[in-house]
Amino acid sequence: MSDNSTVVQDEVATEEVPYSNKTVSRWEYTRREMKRKWAGYVMVGPFLIMFAVFTIIPVLMSFVLSFTNFNMFEFPEFCFMDNYIRLFLEDDLFLTAFQNTLIFALTTGPISYILSFLLAWFINELSPKLRSFVTFIFYGPSISGSAYLVWKLIFQGDIYGLANGILMKFGFISQPIVFLQNVTYIVPVCIIVAIWTSLGTAFLSFIAGLQGVDRSLYEAGAVDGVKNRWQELWYITLPSMKSILMFGAVLAITGAFGFGGVVDALCGNPSTDYVAWTLQHHMADYLNNRYEVGYASCISIVLFILMFGSNLFIKNALSKVGN
Amino acid sequence: MKVKRLRTRKNSVVLNRSVGGDATIFIVLAILGVFMFLPTYYLIITAFKPIGEMFLTPPNFYVIKPTFQNFIDLFASMTSTWVPISRYIFNTIFISLGATVGCLIIGSMAAYAISKVRFPGSNTVFQLIVYSLMISSTVTGIAHFIIYVSLNWLNTYTISIVPIWASTLGLYLMKNFIDSSIPDSMIESARIEGCSEFRIYLTLVMPLVKPAWLTLMITVFQQVWNAGASNYVYSENLKTFDNAINSIISASGTQGAGAAAAVIMMSVPITVFLITQSQMVETMASSGMKD
Repeated sequence: MSDNSTVVQDEVATEEVPYSNKTVSRWEYTRREMKRKWAGYVMVGPFLIMFAVFTIIPVLMSFVLSFTNFNMFEFPEFCFMDNYIRLFLEDDLFLTAFQNTLIFALTTGPISYILSFLLAWFINELSPKLRSFVTFIFYGPSISGSAYLVWKLIFQGDIYGLANGILMKFGFISQPIVFLQNVTYIVPVCIIVAIWTSLGTAFLSFIAGLQGVDRSLYEAGAVDGVKNRWQELWYITLPSMKSILMFGAVLAITGAFGFGGVVDALCGNPSTDYVAWTLQHHMADYLNNRYEVGYASCISIVLFILMFGSNLFIKNALSKVGN
Repeated sequence: MKVKRLRTRKNSVVLNRSVGGDATIFIVLAILGVFMFLPTYYLIITAFKPIGEMFLTPPNFYVIKPTFQNFIDLFASMTSTWVPISRYIFNTIFISLGATVGCLIIGSMAAYAISKVRFPGSNTVFQLIVYSLMISSTVTGIAHFIIYVSLNWLNTYTISIVPIWASTLGLYLMKNFIDSSIPDSMIESARIEGCSEFRIYLTLVMPLVKPAWLTLMITVFQQVWNAGASNYVYSENLKTFDNAINSIISASGTQGAGAAAAVIMMSVPITVFLITQSQMVETMASSGMKD
């Protein structure tokens, strides 16, 4: 028996080996890999179809439509840069919307991002039981859906509102302030409410990231002369969770630009004197009320460039930290 | 030589933590905690206030005579809706389930394929997913409407369910979780044993990434629960519970009923989060974005 088996082995060895080191061209290699891993394409297929139909094609479509006049009924008519010229040179309300969007994004984005991180960092010092309770308190508002409407009760414009009641009791004001219609207060109130709802997924991932930092690094740091918690944060914690900081930044930016819902629900649409009129409102106005789809697409492309641009900018800036 | 005494807590050394710093952190957390929690608390007590206590200046931060009257009123006006309220509840459950289950199946398969099959092009697909996190649905809104019209989807269940299947956040988290928690060697040995990719996905990987698919389900569920039916659904019998509640509130217009409705609506996602918190945090640990 044993003789027989060695003979068989020899025969196999002399035959052409299926996996040789013979070099193949790059295209040939890719083709073989594609054939070998066909199952991957089948598995990713359903998602790719959905993703193409609801994300890739819409972005491309908006881009193409932004160079046309289109009213949903007639075939789109190509007009090159007319929409963009009109947008930036003739449309005063667009400039207001553009400015407001930037103001909202530049306040809520960084504040929510820094607050998320600081809170997560503070919470990380607590004992596990207390930690999950406090996490819940901070994360709660972002998943409670329409619960932010409670701010409508707090900033109610008559004497029965909470803010007015308290301010009047302590004698700061004698007449109730109509917070949600008053041009001075609309923007700050909306920013406060937006921040209140913004401690979402990024906040959770910071908490998780902080727990994942290797404990032994802190001990090593203490031996090497880290003196206080701020040095520890700067030299050890931040560098070891850079990738999670990046993820949080992306979510914060995207959230900060998609802002309009809060304004609508609190101050009505349009808000007094258009003080809280954002690009989102401007786009919805042209799409739903005026049927100028081409022009609305043009606004959405401006929004797209703002979001994407600031994301790439932050991504680059963050990747330089610590290098 | 001056010897620095180390702080200890529960028999272990506490490094680099001053007592003053700890106290400051506690105070900051307490103040921000009050800012975050007070509105929710105020909402809840408003839901239990009798009508007489609504009109006090300033409003109380407690209820003198708690009552369920607001909830009773809300349920009473529910029975008088044109479409029975059970239909709205059914719609909410149906849409949430449809969107969540679809998203789970499509997303987890794709996450496994991108993470472990690594077919040519998988990096590009993942890069596209990362980019998609950078834009919000506002940008794609216009084209979505045109697509719905051309697919003849206006005013159907489909429009509230199928577009959610393309959401990428849960998929992104799951791909990263599979990357970090399942070693390649394990998949490789299953392949050598002759296991097909589908079987590896279903019987080996899925049971091991339970936190990730829970997180995927919950992020999608919260999104759908809070958003309800699509804006392009016009007939009442396709709308969801929150649409119904909103129209009841705008019809009756009392604060109490509104607060009661908001409390009912938020209780579901909050409860779900309380149950699954630890799994969600576990998943988020691998959410990092490499450059």
